[in-house]
Amino acid sequence: MRHIISILIENEAGALSRVAGLFSARGYNIESLTVAPTNDPSLSRMTLVTSGTDEIIEQITKQLNKLIDVVKLQDMTEGVHMEREMMLVKVRVANHQEREDVKRFSDIFRGRVIDVSEETYTIEVTGSTSKLDAFIKNLSKIQVLELVRSGVIGIARGEKILSL
Amino acid sequence: MKKVEITGAEMFARSLADEGVEYLFGYPGGAVLHIYDALYQQEKVKHILVRHEQAATHAADGYARATGKPGVVLVTSGPGATNAVTGIATAYLDSIPMVVFTGQVPTDMIGNDAFQEVDSVGITRPCVKHNFLVKDLSELTSTIKKAFYVATTGRPGPVVVDIPKDITAQRGEYNYPSKVSIRSYNPVVKGHIGQIKRAVELMMKAKRPMLYTGGGVVLDNASDELTELTKTLNFPITQTLMGLGAYPATDKQFVGMLGMHGTYEANMGMHNCDVLIAIGARFDDRVTGNIEKFCPDARIIHLDIDPASISKNVKVDVPIVGGVKSVLQDMLKLLKSGDYKTDMDAVALWWEQILEWRSKDCLKFDATGKIIKPQMVVQKLYEVTNGDAYVTSDVGQHQMWAAQYYKFDKPRRWINSGGLGTMGFGMPAAMGVQLAYPDATVACITGEGSIQMNIQELSTLKQYGLPIKVITLNNGMLGMVRQWQEFFYQKRYAMSYMESLPDFVKLAESYGHTGMRIEKPEDVEGALREAMKIRDRVVFMDFITDSEENVYPMIPAGAGQNEMILV
Ligand SMILES: Cc1ncc(C[n+]2csc(CCOP(=O)(O)OP(=O)(O)O)c2C)c(N)n1
Repeated sequence: MRHIISILIENEAGALSRVAGLFSARGYNIESLTVAPTNDPSLSRMTLVTSGTDEIIEQITKQLNKLIDVVKLQDMTEGVHMEREMMLVKVRVANHQEREDVKRFSDIFRGRVIDVSEETYTIEVTGSTSKLDAFIKNLSKIQVLELVRSGVIGIARGEKILSL
Repeated sequence: MKKVEITGAEMFARSLADEGVEYLFGYPGGAVLHIYDALYQQEKVKHILVRHEQAATHAADGYARATGKPGVVLVTSGPGATNAVTGIATAYLDSIPMVVFTGQVPTDMIGNDAFQEVDSVGITRPCVKHNFLVKDLSELTSTIKKAFYVATTGRPGPVVVDIPKDITAQRGEYNYPSKVSIRSYNPVVKGHIGQIKRAVELMMKAKRPMLYTGGGVVLDNASDELTELTKTLNFPITQTLMGLGAYPATDKQFVGMLGMHGTYEANMGMHNCDVLIAIGARFDDRVTGNIEKFCPDARIIHLDIDPASISKNVKVDVPIVGGVKSVLQDMLKLLKSGDYKTDMDAVALWWEQILEWRSKDCLKFDATGKIIKPQMVVQKLYEVTNGDAYVTSDVGQHQMWAAQYYKFDKPRRWINSGGLGTMGFGMPAAMGVQLAYPDATVACITGEGSIQMNIQELSTLKQYGLPIKVITLNNGMLGMVRQWQEFFYQKRYAMSYMESLPDFVKLAESYGHTGMRIEKPEDVEGALREAMKIRDRVVFMDFITDSEENVYPMIPAGAGQNEMILV
């Protein structure tokens, strides 16, 4: 099963490589990983998307917790949560019809065209991983020139928080 | 008042002294010259100059295993650091507290492929409990304190501190913190009382119980508690290679070591038990054999300080996270309350079964021939030293024979590389043990293959007058490799035979030690007695043993614990 694991980690050089190294050394898979500082400058928040059996996920969370730099960890998938990922897609739009199609798709997916050139559109879409996947699928007739995804970030709903 | 400023190097030396470090094992080089200069000008921390950095780490490791105090190492950048890696990994896999200081090129040169630069923090990351790069003089002493704190608490392990050269030259005010706390690191010691009760209740229901204990008991100094618990329960107990000595091997409740070369009664006991009580052990593959076939009928209690060890290889029924000592004390309190009774009748029947297995006498061997049997050498060593020596070993058949035939009654007496299986560990480790206990008998049981991996340390032993006894079981083969080739590769002995072995007697003598070559079974005991009398230098004993001998019993890879090959 797919899990979103959120980690508060010391904002120190090397912390990221400890996490990445753990995953490669123990053969766990990473679907995506994002990391950036939080409102507390001493802490970074990392969001990892991984998948595995319950036993593997249990080991992953235990091994992550064992890293000295990991301050706190939450498996988002255990509770109600929201997840978002951002995607920027540059597509070729050679004629009027294609321009119309792309605009329509992005409206349906609440995306925005954020840059245009003579033959290209760049669209920004935000949503869950599956929504972004669906968007790409819808573009099937359009030539995708470049695609970049931020990786997933997540946060729990309601009162539940991940902080010190 | 004017502030007194000292250099980073001086701070380093004073920090170690304030930390109570007695011995520092190391080797100098460019990046640590300031530090060596500071060490030269003080007397509190004694530096032991090894002949290879790997040996520094093993010596510190041996010291740590024998004393329970952290081992401390200092090496230079680049090759100094990479040479230390094997020893760091060895300590990591056996959870040995150790702090390794590596010199680093000056801060402004890091990342430039400078002379003798390697990314020590990067290279050691997967085999340390934690590591640090000191980026500013103001962090030096607190980082040292943190390193000792992390290395010695929770599940112990090696910590590397990488110190750039410029920092050791800068000046500042000295202040060694008496305590540190790390917000993200709070190891649990006290076990959950509810879980402990559940464990005790399950133990009371057991009809065929088995205690299976490991290195965690030794590391947490919990031998007394374990012994009391085992006696109170009257359950059979088996110990892993790392756990030997925590419970007295001469006691009748001890059924021997378990695992790949464990006794018949221990492995059969494991396979047939209905409640397994694992204490400070980690279900290593050399212990479990084929996981699918492991303890098919057992409900499992697992006590470990490291939550990540629990349900890693084998799913357990009652996990307890906590320090072995503390949790066993809580268990004993519960048992003394009088509310709990074991199923004595069932356990008595179980004992009958175990005694029947024991009557197979799986460790018997025939010593009537003209060639020395390696097992016999270990047995005689045990007799001659009254079972009271510190025994280190290398890796191979000799290691297994040492574990099987030297009956350790006390913890911290049996010192070997169990997890990583590092050939070359034994002699440097013995060096560290002898330094810690100058009057003790320290024997290194080794093979002619392993001993050559750190033979240069004969020189260090001479320099510091450390009179260890080297017991080489010289079968002229990389015996353990040969055994596998005999069993599983139709006797194709690929590269397991070494030609042109040195004359170990002359070699020992050339280093200023005593050498002995023993070729006849009837000479074994006398030679050992003679060697033990020599207290002022190393005695290198080269026992020419049967090259065909195998270690029995053996669980072949992929087999279950009940599928042993017996003699
Ligand atoms: C550094 C290292 N290299 C290789 C091995 C693999 N290995 C395990 S046992 C063994 C043979 C050891 O031979 P020896 O020291 O003569 O001991 P014996 O088995 O003959 O008692 C080897 C090569 C190892 N454990 N460590």
